Amino acid sequence: MIRITDVNKSFGETKVLQNINLVVPKSSVYAVIGPSGAGKSTLIRTINALEEIDSGEIMVDGMSIHSKKTDINKVRTDIGFVFQSFNLYPFLTALENVTIAPIQVKKVKKATAIERGKELLASLGLGDKFDSYPSKLSGGQQQRVAIARALAMDPKVMLFDEPTSALDPEMIKEVLDAIRKLAKTGMTMMVVTHEMGFAREMCEQIVFMADGKIVEVAPPEKFFSNPESARAQDFLSKVLNH
Amino acid sequence: MYQADWSVIPQNMHLLLNGVLLTLQISALALIISIPFGIFLGLCRISKNKLVSFLSTAYIEFIRGVPLLVLLFWIFFVLGRFMQLGSYWSAVLGLAAFSGAFVAEIVRAGIESVPKGQMESARSSGMSYTQAMRLIILPQAFRKMLPPLASQFIILIKDSSLVSVISVVDLTLVAKNIVATSFRSLEVWTAVAILYFIITFTLSQIIRIFERKYKLRE
Repeated sequence: MIRITDVNKSFGETKVLQNINLVVPKSSVYAVIGPSGAGKSTLIRTINALEEIDSGEIMVDGMSIHSKKTDINKVRTDIGFVFQSFNLYPFLTALENVTIAPIQVKKVKKATAIERGKELLASLGLGDKFDSYPSKLSGGQQQRVAIARALAMDPKVMLFDEPTSALDPEMIKEVLDAIRKLAKTGMTMMVVTHEMGFAREMCEQIVFMADGKIVEVAPPEKFFSNPESARAQDFLSKVLNH
Repeated sequence: MYQADWSVIPQNMHLLLNGVLLTLQISALALIISIPFGIFLGLCRISKNKLVSFLSTAYIEFIRGVPLLVLLFWIFFVLGRFMQLGSYWSAVLGLAAFSGAFVAEIVRAGIESVPKGQMESARSSGMSYTQAMRLIILPQAFRKMLPPLASQFIILIKDSSLVSVISVVDLTLVAKNIVATSFRSLEVWTAVAILYFIITFTLSQIIRIFERKYKLRE
């Protein structure tokens, strides 16, 4: 579903992505982990062209994301993106946040979009928050609205960029539960995360990044008990033994 | 001691009100032109296209560096000669061109005050740049733009008194004419100051209502 081939990217002198190759098959869930500054966020942001790449190719559902011939606005409707800082539209209600793109971009009938939006919000436990503005919602609720907003476009792929990093500890679970539920529907997903428990339990493969490179790709059982690279061993000893 | 005689005001009330009307008319027209013009200039200024952004910046800097009085003279005597503008449209155009540059800066600051994540999340849901601007960024920028825009429009109304120099019979020129015949400068200029104040104060109150209405949401 997602195919990343020989991707390179630099910010000035700093190489933030080096020779990235990765294939995420349909209906699988991949976690991207690694120390900060490893390029995890940059990588996931290149997949829907929020970041440009210097060389290489990224294909999503057979479309080349960074090709000039691709209508990026069209492709993006197939890629749901959830941000660390939610980025809800503060002047719109929860329901309006969810329906604006389907109505304006996909030209879905307003009544249909509202019905679907309510359904999505309710399924994420926000059935009583349709008319709330984001400022009146907790971080966990805001992030679930953001997930509903992404799902409202009926994407083929969902990308999560550290979806729980800006949350208070007691709200992390509600957001992870929402992502878990989504994984069970067979959605193709890539999740940049620091939640090792979540990565271990939910993801088919762990993609370990450090210094702009993919150092190791392994199933969680193997990665967490017996990582191959010294870099991953060092990282795990720091995050698991505190 | 000077004996004030206020009867000159009611006697000339119709003239003064005509002046008020023309001041309002010219300011309103200039305003209506300068808002879309300013938004356009402001958007050009933040455009990624270097030429577009340069041209817009150059215009804004130039206008901000030239006195309005000189700009009005230039439009009336130079541009007006080629385009048969007449004093009325020279005044409207001059004020709009002047105000537009300031509106542009307010628009730019307003847009830049909207967090980057808003554009990113709009674009990642498949909106084009234009859609994201129109549906997500500008509505938020507009809320932040209201207070500085309000002061800009009040400045515009006050600046419109300068159009009297290109013989537009606005409130200021009416006052000058009444003084010239009645010699009652104290009474006339006091009345005119109060009339300008009533206009600008009313406007600022109306804008305050808008601001409060927008703040209630969010």
